Amino acid sequence: MRLINRRPDRTSWLLLAALPFVAVLVAYAMGSAVRLAENPADKLLPGLTAFADAIDRMAFTADKRTGDVLLWLDTGASLARLAVGIAIAAAGGLLVGLSAGLLPYVRATLAPFVTVVSMVPPLAVLPILFIMVGLGEASKITLIVVGVLPCLIRDLMLKIDDLPRQQLIKAQTLGANSWTIAIRVVLPQILPRLIDSIRLNLGPAWLFLISAEAIASESGLGYRIFLVRRYLAMDVILPYVAWITLLCFLMDLGLRVLQRRAFPWFEDARAGA
Amino acid sequence: MMKTRRFLGKLTAGLVAASLLSLPAYAAPKKDFKLAWSIYVGWMPWQYAAEQGIVKKWADKYGIKIEVVQFNDYVESINQYTAGAFDAVTVTNMDALSIPAAGGVDTTAVIVGDFSNGNDAVILKGKDKLSDIKGQKVNLVEYSVSHYLLTRALESVKLTEKKDVSVVSTSDADMVAAWSTADVTAVVTWNPLVAEILATPGAKKVFDSSQIPGEIIDLTVANTDVLKDNPAFGKALAGIWYETMALMSADTPAGVAARTAMGKASGTDLAGYEAQLKATRMFYKPADALAFVRGAEPKVTMQKVAGFLFDHGLLGNGAPSAEAVGIEFPGGVTYGNAKFVKLRFTDTYMAAVADGKL
Repeated sequence: MRLINRRPDRTSWLLLAALPFVAVLVAYAMGSAVRLAENPADKLLPGLTAFADAIDRMAFTADKRTGDVLLWLDTGASLARLAVGIAIAAAGGLLVGLSAGLLPYVRATLAPFVTVVSMVPPLAVLPILFIMVGLGEASKITLIVVGVLPCLIRDLMLKIDDLPRQQLIKAQTLGANSWTIAIRVVLPQILPRLIDSIRLNLGPAWLFLISAEAIASESGLGYRIFLVRRYLAMDVILPYVAWITLLCFLMDLGLRVLQRRAFPWFEDARAGA
Repeated sequence: MMKTRRFLGKLTAGLVAASLLSLPAYAAPKKDFKLAWSIYVGWMPWQYAAEQGIVKKWADKYGIKIEVVQFNDYVESINQYTAGAFDAVTVTNMDALSIPAAGGVDTTAVIVGDFSNGNDAVILKGKDKLSDIKGQKVNLVEYSVSHYLLTRALESVKLTEKKDVSVVSTSDADMVAAWSTADVTAVVTWNPLVAEILATPGAKKVFDSSQIPGEIIDLTVANTDVLKDNPAFGKALAGIWYETMALMSADTPAGVAARTAMGKASGTDLAGYEAQLKATRMFYKPADALAFVRGAEPKVTMQKVAGFLFDHGLLGNGAPSAEAVGIEFPGGVTYGNAKFVKLRFTDTYMAAVADGKL
C-alpha cells in the first residue's frame, strides 16, 4: 500500500499525537535532573516540585507585600488590555475594511496608506508611542491596536474582493442601494471571516501586549515574566508561559465556537460548497 | 508496526541527546575563560584593558586565554553567567546575591572595584524634598539596586514602599523617554541616565547613593569552582584590573587618553566620564579595596541587602529567612546559612597584587 494512503487507527493516532509532548517532557526531566544533581538550587531547569511551589505561590497565595494573588492580578490586567485592544481593532477593521472594500473612492484614499502602515514594525516606533500617549494603559492598548488593525483591514479588503461579483450585481438589479448591499449582502458574509482574521492575529496581539508590559507596568503576565527574569526564576516563567498558551488556546476555541454558533452556514461556504 | 516503533525510539533518543548536549560544560582545569561585562562607569576599564592588550598580556603570562564580551543588557549578562556560559561577570553586590548565589552558583568576588557614591539617585519632578515622594508613582527598574536605594531613601524619612508609594517597573532603556512624559513624576535610576535626566528643567535630585555610602558595591565575580581549579584565572583578572586602574587614575596624557576612551565607549566624553567618576568611590589601589573588604562595613551592608531581597521574595524558592543564602567574608567569617555559602568576598587576589606576588 502506498505511504500516502496508510492511516493510523484511533489508538496509534493518540499515541503519535502524544509523542512530541512526552519527548519534550522526558528531555526536560533528564536535563533538569542532570543540572539539579550538580546544583540543587539550579534556576535554569528547575524540578517539578519547584514548579509546584511556584504555582502555589503565584496562583493560590496572597503576595507578602501587596496582599494580591499575583497570577490572577496579572491575568486580569493582561486580559483587560487584550480585550479592549482587540475589540477596538476589530471594530475599526470592520468599519474601514468594509468601506474600503466596497467603495472605490475610499479604497483609493486608504488602501495604499494602510498597506504602508502595516509594513511599519510597531515595536520599532514604541518610543514615539510612549511620548505621544504616555506610559499608562493607553499606550499598551494603542500598541495592540496599531499592530493588529492594519492586518485586519487588509485581510477584510481581500476577503471582500473574494466575494462573487454576481451577488453585488444581483442585489443591484433587485434595487438595493450601496448601504443595503453593505449591510445585508456583504456584512453577514464578512463577519465570520473577521473572526478567522482575529484568530490569526491573536498571536501578534499577545506579542505586542507582552512587549508593552515589559517596558513599563505594575501588573500583567508579560510584566511578571520580564520582572522575574531579573533573577532567572524559570520556575515562575515556565508556568506563566504555559498559562499564556492555555489562555491563547481558549480564546481561539471561544472564537471558533462563536463562529460555528453565529454563522452555521459558514463551514459549507469555506469548504467551497 | 515494528518499524514505526523503532523509528519512534530513535526519535526520542535523538531529542533527549539534543537536549543533553545543549547543557553547559562544568568546571574543570581549562585554558579558555570568558568574562561578561556591561556598560557602567566602574566597569568600563574591562573594555579598555582588552583593547590595549592588557588582558592578553596577563593571560599570556599565565598561559591561558581570556575573552572579554560586552553585553548591552546587564541582566542578561548575569543570567548567562548563572547558566554557566561565562566564567566571570561584572555585577553589583545585590544582584550577585539574588541571581547566581540564590541560584546555587557559588560565586566569588575576585575584585571589589568601587562603590556608588552618588551615581544612583532618586529624582522628583518639580519637588525638592524627598518626603514629597509620598503618594507618587515611582518609575524604576524593579528589583534592581535602584529599588534598594528607594527603600533606603524612604526609611530615612520614615516612609515605606508598601504604604506610601507605588512602584512602576520601567526598563532602564526607556527611562529618559519615560521621564519626558507627563505622567512620570518620580524616578530612581543610575548614571549616565541620572545626568541626562537632571539636565532637563524641573528635575530635582532628592536622594542619592552618597547618603548610603558603601552599600551599592560594584564587583567582578567569578565562579568559585572555576577559580578553585584554575587559580591562574583569578590572578590574571586581578593583574589586568590593577594595571588598568593605575593607568586610568594617572594624571598623565596616557591617563587622560584612557579616561577619554572609556567615556566615549560609555556614550559620553571625558568631562562626562570624569563627572561620573566623581560620584563613584573607585578603589584604584588594591590596598584601598582590601581595607574596604576587610572592614566591618560589607557585613552590615550585606545583611541589609539580604533583608531587602528576602522582603521582596528574591532569595530563591520559598527561602525561609533572609539568612537562607550564606555569605563569606575575608577571614572566614560568614553570615547566614553556613551550609549554603554561595557568595564569597575574598581578599586573596587583591592581596596578591598588593603584595607584588603575581
